[in-house]
Formats: sequence, C-alpha cells, structure tokens
Amino acid sequence: MLVSQQQKLQEEIRALVAQHGKNRAALMPVLQELQRRYASVSDFAMQVVADEIGIHPAEVYGVVTFYAFLHHEPKGRFQVRLCQTISCDLAGKARVARQLENELGIRFGETTSDGRFSLEWASCLGMCDQGPALLVNERVYTRVTPDQVHQIIDDCRKVFGAHAAQPVHA
Amino acid sequence: MWPFDSKRTPLTYDTIEPGTGLAAALKLSRADIIGEVAASNLRGRGGAGFPTGTKWNLAAAARVKDGFSKYIVCNADEGEPGTFKDRVLLTDYADLVFEGMTIAARAIGAKKGILYLRGEYVYLRRHLDEVLDKRRKAGFLGEKIGGVENFSFDIEIRMGAGAYVCGEETALIESLEGHRGEPRNRPPFPVDTGFLKQPTVVNNVETLASVAAILAKGATWFKSFGTERSAGFKLFSISGDCDHPGVYEFPLGVTVTELLEKVGGRNAKAVQIGGASGICVPAADFGRKIAFEDVATGGSIIVFGPGRDMLHVAKNFMEFFVEESCGQCTPCRAGNAKLLDGIEKLETGSCSTAYLRELKALCETMQLASKCGLGQSSPNAFLSIVNNFQDEILGRATAAH
Repeated sequence: MLVSQQQKLQEEIRALVAQHGKNRAALMPVLQELQRRYASVSDFAMQVVADEIGIHPAEVYGVVTFYAFLHHEPKGRFQVRLCQTISCDLAGKARVARQLENELGIRFGETTSDGRFSLEWASCLGMCDQGPALLVNERVYTRVTPDQVHQIIDDCRKVFGAHAAQPVHA
Repeated sequence: MWPFDSKRTPLTYDTIEPGTGLAAALKLSRADIIGEVAASNLRGRGGAGFPTGTKWNLAAAARVKDGFSKYIVCNADEGEPGTFKDRVLLTDYADLVFEGMTIAARAIGAKKGILYLRGEYVYLRRHLDEVLDKRRKAGFLGEKIGGVENFSFDIEIRMGAGAYVCGEETALIESLEGHRGEPRNRPPFPVDTGFLKQPTVVNNVETLASVAAILAKGATWFKSFGTERSAGFKLFSISGDCDHPGVYEFPLGVTVTELLEKVGGRNAKAVQIGGASGICVPAADFGRKIAFEDVATGGSIIVFGPGRDMLHVAKNFMEFFVEESCGQCTPCRAGNAKLLDGIEKLETGSCSTAYLRELKALCETMQLASKCGLGQSSPNAFLSIVNNFQDEILGRATAAH
C-alpha cells in the first residue's frame, strides 16, 4: 500500500473513531464501516483501529475473524452469499449454487481473480418462505432460480468500468 | 412491498393503534406498568419463554453503577433457521416495537435503548432509522416524553455481523461491547450486570410489540388468547413443503394439525418446530400443542413433505451448528462436529446401533455440559430425527454395495 493511501486510511479511521466514540463499544461499528467501504479489513487497518481505540491489535483480529460478515483477507467488491439452511435447501438451493459457480468460474469460499466477486455460503437469511435466497452486498434476492443467476451477476458487472475504483454498495 | 412480501393473514397487531399503549403506560406508575405486563403472563417470544414481567421487575430493582444508565436492548438478531416473523414486524409494525421499548424504558428507568439488528437484515436499516426519526419529531423519543418530567429515552440501532450465537443475550451484549460473540457465564444475569455492566433488559422483537398491545388493550384481553400457562397470541414463521408459506398468527396451544390445515401442508411427514434448535415432530404426534407446556418455540415451523429424506434434514441442521458454534466450550465445539461425523457414517450405511447409542449419550452430555443454549439445544434435532426415523436412517445401501 502506498504511503499516501495509508495516510488516507488512517485519517478515515480516525474520523470513524471520533464519530462512534473512542471506546471498545465503538469497535464493531468502525469495523463494519471499513468492511463496507473496502470489502475487508486489512492488517494495516486493524493495527490503526487498535491504536485509535487503545486496545491490542490481537483483540481486533479476534473480533474480525469471529464474525462471518467481517473479513481480514481481501474479498470481492460484490460478496455473493447463498443461504444454505434448511428451507432454502428444500426449495432447491443446490442448483442455484451450481449455477453461481458456473457463472463466476469459482467455488464457494473463493474470490474471482479480478477481485470483483466472492462467493460464500450464508446461514439462514430469514427469507425461508421465499427461498432460495441470495444476499449480494446489501441487496436480497428471493425465489432465485438457476436461470436468473446470470442476470443477477450481470447487473453487478455493469457497475464496473469507469467507476471501478469507487466503493460499491448494491 | 419488495423484498418483504411474506404472505400473511391479518394480525391482531393491525388492530392496535400505535401510540395508545405508550399513552396508557405514561398514566401509570412504573410499578403498575410492570404489574400489567406481569398480569398478562407474557413470556419471552424469542423461544426461551422467560416471564417478561419478572425480568422487568429484576431490572427495575437493580442498581445503576457509577451514574450511567440502565439499558433496554431489543434482540432483532433473528437467526434461528426458519424464522422470519421479526423481519415482518420490523417492516410493518416497527412503531409498535419501538413503543414497547419505550414502555420498558419507562418501567425499569432506562435512558437508552439499542436495537441489535442482524447483519442479514441490513436492508431494513434505512426504514428503521426513518421510523426512529419520525418518533423523535413526534416527541415519542428524546427529552420529557409525553410531557413526563425525568423521562428521557432514545434508541440507537446497532448491526450484527453474521453470528447466530449473538441471539443469545449475553453473546449479544459481548458483541455490543466490541468483543467476539461468546456467551458469558450466568449469573450474573443481564438484568443485574448487562451492557457496560449496567442493568439491561434484553427482549425479543415480538415480545416488545406484544407489550405495546398489552398496555393498549389490557392484560385481561391478552390472557383471553392462548392457554392457562401460555397466554396470548404468537406469530409463526412457516416454511418448507406447504402451499402457503408465510407469517401466521395463532393463539398459543394450537395443534400441529390445525396449523398444517391452515397452511396447506396436509400430507406432511414431519414438522420441525423451533428451528434447528427445536424438535422434529413426526406425523403420529401432530396432535401435540404448540405452547410452553408442550412444544415450545420461537415461532419457526418447517414442514417436511412425504418424499423428504430426514437424514438429509438432520445433516443440514448439524452443518449449521458446526458452522455457528462459537467454539468457546468443548461440549458444543467438539460435540457438534462429532454428531455431524456420525450423520456422515449413517449416510454411508456404516454406523452400528452401538455407535448410534454412543452418539445419543454424547447428545445428553452436550445438553448438560454446554455453556449456553446453543450447545444445550443443538442435539435436539438430531435426537428427535434419529429416534423417530430410526427405520429410515439405519442400514443405508451405498453406491458401492
């Protein structure tokens, strides 16, 4: 990471800590916002957050690695999460899963080499009456059929291009 | 409205005018508010069924430490597989939920409320923030609510981050404090030592909506629904093999058969009541009642049609628990993995009856020795499926045979 980028991130984190409070209870909201902006919380970011809040970086690492929606390894701009729990399973999630892997060319748990998509399983998304359910960043898709998968992924791809450097929130 | 188009029948909550419950509460003394809730026999709607009035009484009596405040936490970390009624409540009845929190705050003397919203429901955040803003402008939140001196209260929304265990109240508090969501030892209970060591009431979304209804219409009215030991009406999230999945309201004490008739699931082979941590009821037992004195539930009902492979169902539940165990205590961390391993043996037809018996003994150990409700209840589905469908599960032929 360039020094100027590091400084920018440092300033962002300082502003976030100032906004949420310089205390331990502010840790989750700060990490969640970093996750939202950068699709992961890097080692450098975790170190700065720890310094700003005044706790050991291992504590921050412990928190980031505990929660399914926080990541310390780089993830795609679009995090595609397919519900794997029982009702979506009964509703036919297996074929949707297969088609997601086909469209993206990756397996579950992987990120595309262009850094655009990560594919993950999710535990129950609370859309059990409308499964199979899919969460793409902050947007939920219900009653997903295998033939809809291409369109869903394609809609995400349209966001890239001239604005690829901007954070993306669907 | 998209994406919240869960089918639902008209609910009793439709008949509650928002604001009437709070207005009625503000005319009562704090003790009388708690008295009304206690008289209604309302029990926690998240599934554990702790009497709400008792919880509030304990928190009201507890002392605030170092001049901070007591807290009201609304548990909107609805993560039990098959449950989505809180999503519907937060979408269509958010005012009633926030009103319930405000009434609770008045009753126990809290100045601050937190709604802990599961990360999977992030798309509800904007709507909920708007409802809160409107309530602030209308004077239902902030200083001197309803013109009552010394009654100031406000609500903040905090997001979860994809951890089922954070639905456990002490894990939820750990998460709010910026820690890993690992449950605490109890006692001390949150009503005494909760968020930031202050007395804290953690109530489920539906419990708080019911509180607003009870204050609006009275404890006697509420008790006219349900059974003697399970008062009131309850929302059920119904999914799986039925014609009309969605959110339904029934009085507690409804039988599985009655419920299945309503949702069009008459050929069902079994019904999972209470989600992954609940029990699997086979067709022979469909006369059982859904109530705290028989089969208790937070409202998750999953219907399994005649062709379903129950071992596959059990495997899905165990995979869920292996994924969601926080890993803090051994019975849960190692036990769930061992049970999943056992299911894989059953799948390949290589599990002896003696080994199955050992697995059942392990279930008992987990129920007794796990630290929190997750590990204590995770063997339920395994046990009820293995016991009721032993014939279907043992001696499977694999492709090699």
